[in-house]
Amino acid sequence: MGLLSLMLAVPMVAAIACLFVTDRNARLIAFAATLIDFALGIVLWTRFDIGGAQWQFTERADLFGRFQWALGIDGMALMLIMLTVFLMPLCILASWDAITRRVGLYMAMFLVMETIMIGVFCAQDLILFYIFFEAGLIPMYFIIGIWGGANRIYAAFKFFLYTLLGSVLMLIAMIAMIREAGTTDIPTLLAYNFPPEMQTWLWLAFFASLAVKMPMWPVHTWLPDAHVQAPTAGSMILAGVLLKMGAYGFLRFMMPMFPDASAQLMWIVFVLSMIAVVYTSLVALVQNDMKKLIAYSSVAHMAIVTAGLFAFNQQGIEGALIIMLSHGVVSAALFFCVGVIYDRLHTREIGRYGGLAVNMPAYALFFMLFTMASVGLPGTSGFVGEFLSLAGIYEASSWVALVCGTGVILGAAYMLYLYRRVVFGELTKDDVKAMPDITAREWAIFVPLAAVALWMGVYPESFLAPMRGDVTTVVARLAPAKPAGDAHLAAGKSKAAEAHGEVAHGEAHQAGGVQ
Amino acid sequence: MIQAIVFLPLLAALIAGLGQRVIGTTASKILTTGALFASCALSWPIFLSFVAGSAEPSVTPVLHWVSSGALQFDWELRVDTLTAVMLVVITTVSALVHLYSWGYMEEDPDQPRFFAYLSLFTFAMLMLVTANNLVQMFFGWEGVGLASYLLIGFWYKKPSANAAAIKAFVVNRVGDLGFMLGIFGTFLVFGTVSIPEILAAAPGMAGSTITFLDMRLDTMTILCLLLFIGAMGKSAQLGLHTWLPDAMEGPTPVSALIHAATMVTAGVFMVCRLSPMFETAPVALGVVTFVGAATCLFAATVGTTQWDIKRVIAYSTCSQLGYMFFAAGVGAYGAAMFHLFTHAFFKALLFLGAGSVIHAMHHEQDMRYYGALRKEIPFTFWAMTAGTLAITGVGIPLAGIGFAGFHSKDGILEAAFAAGEGGQVAYWVGVFAALLTSFYSWRLVFLTFFGKPRWAASEHIQHAVHGDHHDHPADEHAGHDVAHAHAADAHEGTGGYHPHESPLSMLIPLGVLSLGAIFAGFLFAHPFIYPEEGMAFWKGSIAFDEHLMHAAHEVPTLIKLMPFVVMATGLFIAWNSYIRDTTLPARFVAQFGLLHKFLFNKWYFDELYNVLFVKPAFAIGRFFWKRGDEGTIDRFGPDGAAALVQGGTRLAVRLQSGYVYGYAFVMLLGLVGLASWAMVKFL
Repeated sequence: MGLLSLMLAVPMVAAIACLFVTDRNARLIAFAATLIDFALGIVLWTRFDIGGAQWQFTERADLFGRFQWALGIDGMALMLIMLTVFLMPLCILASWDAITRRVGLYMAMFLVMETIMIGVFCAQDLILFYIFFEAGLIPMYFIIGIWGGANRIYAAFKFFLYTLLGSVLMLIAMIAMIREAGTTDIPTLLAYNFPPEMQTWLWLAFFASLAVKMPMWPVHTWLPDAHVQAPTAGSMILAGVLLKMGAYGFLRFMMPMFPDASAQLMWIVFVLSMIAVVYTSLVALVQNDMKKLIAYSSVAHMAIVTAGLFAFNQQGIEGALIIMLSHGVVSAALFFCVGVIYDRLHTREIGRYGGLAVNMPAYALFFMLFTMASVGLPGTSGFVGEFLSLAGIYEASSWVALVCGTGVILGAAYMLYLYRRVVFGELTKDDVKAMPDITAREWAIFVPLAAVALWMGVYPESFLAPMRGDVTTVVARLAPAKPAGDAHLAAGKSKAAEAHGEVAHGEAHQAGGVQ
Repeated sequence: MIQAIVFLPLLAALIAGLGQRVIGTTASKILTTGALFASCALSWPIFLSFVAGSAEPSVTPVLHWVSSGALQFDWELRVDTLTAVMLVVITTVSALVHLYSWGYMEEDPDQPRFFAYLSLFTFAMLMLVTANNLVQMFFGWEGVGLASYLLIGFWYKKPSANAAAIKAFVVNRVGDLGFMLGIFGTFLVFGTVSIPEILAAAPGMAGSTITFLDMRLDTMTILCLLLFIGAMGKSAQLGLHTWLPDAMEGPTPVSALIHAATMVTAGVFMVCRLSPMFETAPVALGVVTFVGAATCLFAATVGTTQWDIKRVIAYSTCSQLGYMFFAAGVGAYGAAMFHLFTHAFFKALLFLGAGSVIHAMHHEQDMRYYGALRKEIPFTFWAMTAGTLAITGVGIPLAGIGFAGFHSKDGILEAAFAAGEGGQVAYWVGVFAALLTSFYSWRLVFLTFFGKPRWAASEHIQHAVHGDHHDHPADEHAGHDVAHAHAADAHEGTGGYHPHESPLSMLIPLGVLSLGAIFAGFLFAHPFIYPEEGMAFWKGSIAFDEHLMHAAHEVPTLIKLMPFVVMATGLFIAWNSYIRDTTLPARFVAQFGLLHKFLFNKWYFDELYNVLFVKPAFAIGRFFWKRGDEGTIDRFGPDGAAALVQGGTRLAVRLQSGYVYGYAFVMLLGLVGLASWAMVKFL
């Protein structure tokens, strides 16, 4: 059995085991299984050959008909798998005391989810991918529907309705692709040139599905409700990994498989992204519910991801990938920040808190760190992603960069406003006064998240290096269709240019921007 | 060595901040202060070797940071003349402020956190000035922004401090967006973010054009303007200045270090660092000159009317930064840096002096409740006087002997006059602002140290006298009414209060900075702004214009005398209205009520921004949420679909009525439909 299959099997087996044991043992089994998967992930990362073959750890077995068990990863998939296996044990820890009903089932759901998410990122067969991609809905639906808040049924239905509607279109598009290309093998499909007019339809069908998963404006309204109703760990994994599947789909399928349509229709992505950044940031500013606020901020961050991807250049795409990883860590951490105080006071209403810096200084420190990472302070992971993707976007269009850049200002406004209302101020309310600082278990969750957020900010090379080659491949695939940026740099008639002998130097660099 | 200078403060900040419980308050304070004095001791030799001309610029690599396609940047520490100047400014003022805080923050329960923030700030500022690429500069830029946010909001229980902290961060972010776009544009044009490479390639790009937001613009102009927007935010220039006066909510040592001597000068530093780039964009330089001159004048006018001692000095800082910018705008980068250098000493001195006064007056910051403090706190009085002599530029004209500001401010004004027409406008604006500077600075001294005591009316003093010792910096200027101020307290006395001189830890920094305020100008004028010596000193780290500095030294005598004349005039007016005839200001206010109100309310910038930006942002946000998400998307989207399904189900239920004629009718309809379809299709 290959390493990837093993990583899929471990949580699956553990999930089944969880159903038949006591609550306490279910927790232990789940924690152990996710830790084992994390260890396997580290093995995967260390054995991944950077600069080697595009697809590594490939496995292939014919099942029936055209259907294959085909796995394999490239650098992008590796990083997203790492994100998944890193967050999973933390999610299990986060649910340790908070979940008391049907613990075995709950843990099983999380473990199934882990299998499915890893499956999404390593599937090499289109049908297999689709199955994983859509199956992810089911455990999430149950996690929200069974262990969610008061309005959980509404949220679960909304979540299901939205995401299912889009996926039907994607399934039809996939069937059309298989008929056209005669294969379900993803690497082969990546090199297949679909006729341009067909690309447009396929692109639109994929877009309908992936835009919902991202989520992009205006199909984002399921996300705040889902987050608000989901239990803490559910929110962590939803924001941390599930939201990345949409962007992964963009990058894995839509852009390299339909390059002409992508170039033609990029304006749709840009316009929706620009609206999303401004719109959802402003909405985040007026929220009274902590989870809703962070959910809206996620939509704004994901909008910069989509815009960055469609900048069609190295910086834009690498930046988008780093935002995906960074947001995975930071938003999971922020939802956990909410969870920590929710567990103590059982309300998400911002106005009920205030002055936590007095009695929870360690909590205040971590919350500040993740707030800063979320607003993209240099030195944290958020900055590297935002900076690179905006740099890439600027090369494509200064308008899009400016509008998406306002997210930098508004992001600071809503996050600091949230922080001020929760952590700063006078400590007056008695029940808030009684809240103890974070426990050892909570430390154990915060510390790894903080370490990764800083690591990614100070030395992002560890994360960029495995993905570099894959991004270059995508950029090269898009290059023929790529439109010129809006800068149109033109050399002047200045005498200084000749005098300084810098002409060659300057022009060599212009090439990137001018086309 | 440079690694030690930069990273010692970070190390100290981390240990003091994270390990305060373990090592205790005193150890945290010793550690951070010690680290800063060590950095300071290491910095001066570097600076002096540049003054002596024996040092060469160097770049020390630290760690690889990012490479994404052609966009590559590392963590590096650059040391050249410009950096060396900043190193001594930052480490000296920071070390003294650390020491000062031992006394000033003595009663605060949160001292390790305070010292950790101060050291963290110093680290970020050092990263900014040692940057060899634009992105590391941006790291330092935002890092000092974070430290500033944390320190303004240090007393986090105070709502006003929290509001000021957020305001500072967000307003700075507006500037930072400009800075970021500037970096992106620079990368697009030059293919690199390395500062030396950009500066070398910049002349080659002069005259080229680029499209930005669908406008066809001169490349270098738009790049410089975008970067300058960043500088405007950090250096509180007109339009993006609103955060600086509010930042006075922070403890006074913070105001001295961050909001006077170092962070706010980062914008000036950036323009000087990129001066070869700005030199290729005359239009951008014109904008820099204009904004600088406008800020210089605006802030000085507001400064004449404020009652809060710290706010007067804050507006004074804003105004002095304006001087530095218009110096840079006319091409006198050496003069800009010189004023930055001297200003750091005398402005830090004024703030720390003000802190000493506030300490003596039991947290009272309103100058209307001061008076006659000269004899009570003599050391503070003399230090403040030295600072005031320096900022107003007292000296012997034409002889080249005077206090720090005399050398640097006159250098700026003369260079501006020599720079041609635009510069001459700036010169006259600067001269008028110098008149106002002299007036408000002496007004502060006279109101505080001269006249009769007016302490009794102060709530803080009353608390102190009546033994109501609750240490709250919370309402430092709440509840003081403008109207009752003048008339009522003129005849009041001391209220039985005895101000006390500050402890030694606060007086030593005042003494050292006084020396700086007295001698810094005289000692260093030659390398900074004299033509030949300047060329040798700066070694190309800024675009030092030898000819301009020559011309500056040869402006007409009358022009050279002018600053002295206005300084004396300002002093006379201040003396006349606050010592000779103390009813004069009230009569003036009565006469020109509207003007006074306009200035007192800071030209209504805050009110304007509130109406234009803050309120609409919240209103639009609420509109999008309630009307957009809930009222439109959900209503017609998922909720609508759900309702439709429900409706459909109800309909289906009703259809299954069990009556045969019902089914027959439906079948008939189906048949008709099928038949029509077949006919259309096949006939």
